[in-house]
Amino acid sequence: MKIAVCIKQVPDTEARLRLNKQGTWIEEEDLPFVINESDECALEEALQIRDKSGGGEVVVFSLGPERVREALRKALALGADRAAHLHDPAFSLGDPVATARALAAAVGREPFDLVLTGSQSDDLGWGVTASLVAARLGLPHAWLVMGIEVENGGGSARVVREMEAGKNEIFRLRLPAVLEVQAGINHPRYASLKGIMQAKRKEIATLSRAEIGLAEGEAGAAGSRVEILKVDFPRAGTGARILEGDVASTASQLVELLRAEARVL
Amino acid sequence: MGGVWAILQHREGKAHPGSWEAVTAAKRIAEAIGSTADAVLLGSEVKTLADEAARTGVASVRVADHPALASYVPGPYTVALVGAAKQEQPRFVVFPHTYQSVDYMAGVAHGYDAGVLSEVIALQAGADGVVWTRPILQGKLQARARVRGDGPMVVSVQAGAFPAADRATGQTAPIVPLAVDAGALQAERDLLGVEDAAADVVDLTACERIVAVGRGIGGPDKLPIIRELAAALGAEIGASRPVIDNGWLPRDRQIGSSGQTVAPKLYVAVGISGAIQHLVGMKGANCTVAINKDPGAPIFNVADYGIVGDLFEIVPALTKALLESRPS
Ligand SMILES: Cc1cc2nc3c(=O)[nH]c(=O)nc-3n(C[C@H](O)[C@H](O)[C@H](O)COP(=O)(O)OP(=O)(O)OC[C@H]3O[C@@H](n4cnc5c(N)ncnc54)[C@H](O)[C@@H]3O)c2cc1C
Ligand SMILES: Nc1ncnc2c1ncn2[C@@H]1O[C@H](COP(=O)(O)O)[C@@H](O)[C@H]1O
Repeated sequence: MKIAVCIKQVPDTEARLRLNKQGTWIEEEDLPFVINESDECALEEALQIRDKSGGGEVVVFSLGPERVREALRKALALGADRAAHLHDPAFSLGDPVATARALAAAVGREPFDLVLTGSQSDDLGWGVTASLVAARLGLPHAWLVMGIEVENGGGSARVVREMEAGKNEIFRLRLPAVLEVQAGINHPRYASLKGIMQAKRKEIATLSRAEIGLAEGEAGAAGSRVEILKVDFPRAGTGARILEGDVASTASQLVELLRAEARVL
Repeated sequence: MGGVWAILQHREGKAHPGSWEAVTAAKRIAEAIGSTADAVLLGSEVKTLADEAARTGVASVRVADHPALASYVPGPYTVALVGAAKQEQPRFVVFPHTYQSVDYMAGVAHGYDAGVLSEVIALQAGADGVVWTRPILQGKLQARARVRGDGPMVVSVQAGAFPAADRATGQTAPIVPLAVDAGALQAERDLLGVEDAAADVVDLTACERIVAVGRGIGGPDKLPIIRELAAALGAEIGASRPVIDNGWLPRDRQIGSSGQTVAPKLYVAVGISGAIQHLVGMKGANCTVAINKDPGAPIFNVADYGIVGDLFEIVPALTKALLESRPS
């Protein structure tokens, strides 16, 4: 099967975040970036489906600045066949509609049997970009996918979708479709040394706004209705009482508070 | 153009609580832009629900009633809502930010040629228009955003951000049918069934004390210190999603929007950052303790007591202090 996978590069969840000078985004300098967690699961799922189907191709797409090449290189090392980097200053600061417009235009340049994505990015967390891609491509979709079984020689898939409170719903969907994978669907593999070596010879195509056929007012900030003005740390609410002192002292303070003040011991 | 629509979500005849929060948000938006809020209901034989919605202080309840809308499938729901929106031109279409509504709100936005603003937690009307607040980076930060132009927008609101108003108002809004193009309501999903995500379910909902462990533990080989703390407290062990996704603990230990919703007397969150999907599962706890090396972790905003530092030092020390303080 020929499968497209959309991956976003996001700050490592472990990273300590700082704001940029203008307070309009986080300071990206020295920040470690990784492939978004659910996107890495989408890639793993794509590799497994490709291999099970006995052939085909996995093509990864990512929109973002220069650093994104590193994420694409990693995807190739993990086993993807080709990559496309949507790389153009015109793509920056896009809202989900603008980003989806670009991703759909890029993915739509070739026919795919299946499009896999994550469910939510760990940075902007819109949760809608991939569904917008599906809508633009005129494909059925599902958000929060926890299981995919391709059936009928690739004509349909049995999909498990997460619902609230520990339930899953199961349905059949015709392919091609956009399936938005949820973290936990699988355990992504690690790159092998051989994979890393092979990745060096694989192609990363660079696609600009003009190359995917978008007009100036359709991409990035210019094509967006939503504009982020400021980012900041949430006000600490009432906040926890932070216990001070060395480890042993904070531990015994806590035990005392739980017993005498909160009365939960 | 101008109205604000709150899209009600329901299942088996019952409204999802998020529906009434969407109504609250719609009213707030309507106030901010000088418009009116309507409730919109898609379903089949939903008169009881429509009557309930009519008493929420909305201007009207719009109902698309058709057998093809009886239970949720994105295709028919999207087509029905897009058709109605194109006819009546609401300025804002507001959904609860739930697993069901987010599944099709993007399709609605696309069909209605609207912008999308998801997971809003606050809005403020000012001289330059409305400023919208939403969490980013898993709740570690928040962003304030503005909407350009006056085209339509699809918005979703986070659970708990716009509490449902008291519904005992005397007013009853008119219930108005929405036209649906029945021929276009083709289900693209062939439903096969519903299953439990976890095989054996440990019931954490009745536990008095829970020690919940997060990704900060780093691996399954590090779990013994958590087990020892739980034993010293007489607590059950719960976990955040990544711990389960990585296979370090079984799925039935998951706490949060996809897992169990708990309300123990004591909840000790160890190496958990405090993303909203986790918080919704534990905010009913009586007393919450957070242990985290990041002083900015959002879990500290909801906790009663916090210790900032390395869990590998603090957890064993806490276990020791508990055992030593026991009357012998
Ligand atoms: C649709 C959807 C549904 C979801 N459902 C759920 C759900 O049901 N339950 C759930 O929990 N999540 C759920 N999530 C995931 C959620 O968004 C977060 O990703 C998750 O809760 C983060 O888990 P965590 O806090 O363990 O990990 P992280 O966010 O990675 O946090 C780890 C924390 O450990 C701390 N830490 C690291 N090392 C140490 C140390 N040595 N000492 C002390 N502290 C340390 C770090 O400072 C950090 O704060 C869902 C997400 C989506 C999109
Ligand atoms: N810049 C991007 N490049 C590639 N894929 C993306 C990008 N942004 C979002 N996606 C995809 O859309 C999904 C949902 O993202 P979001 O709507 O930002 O939560 C992600 O999990 C990715 O699969």
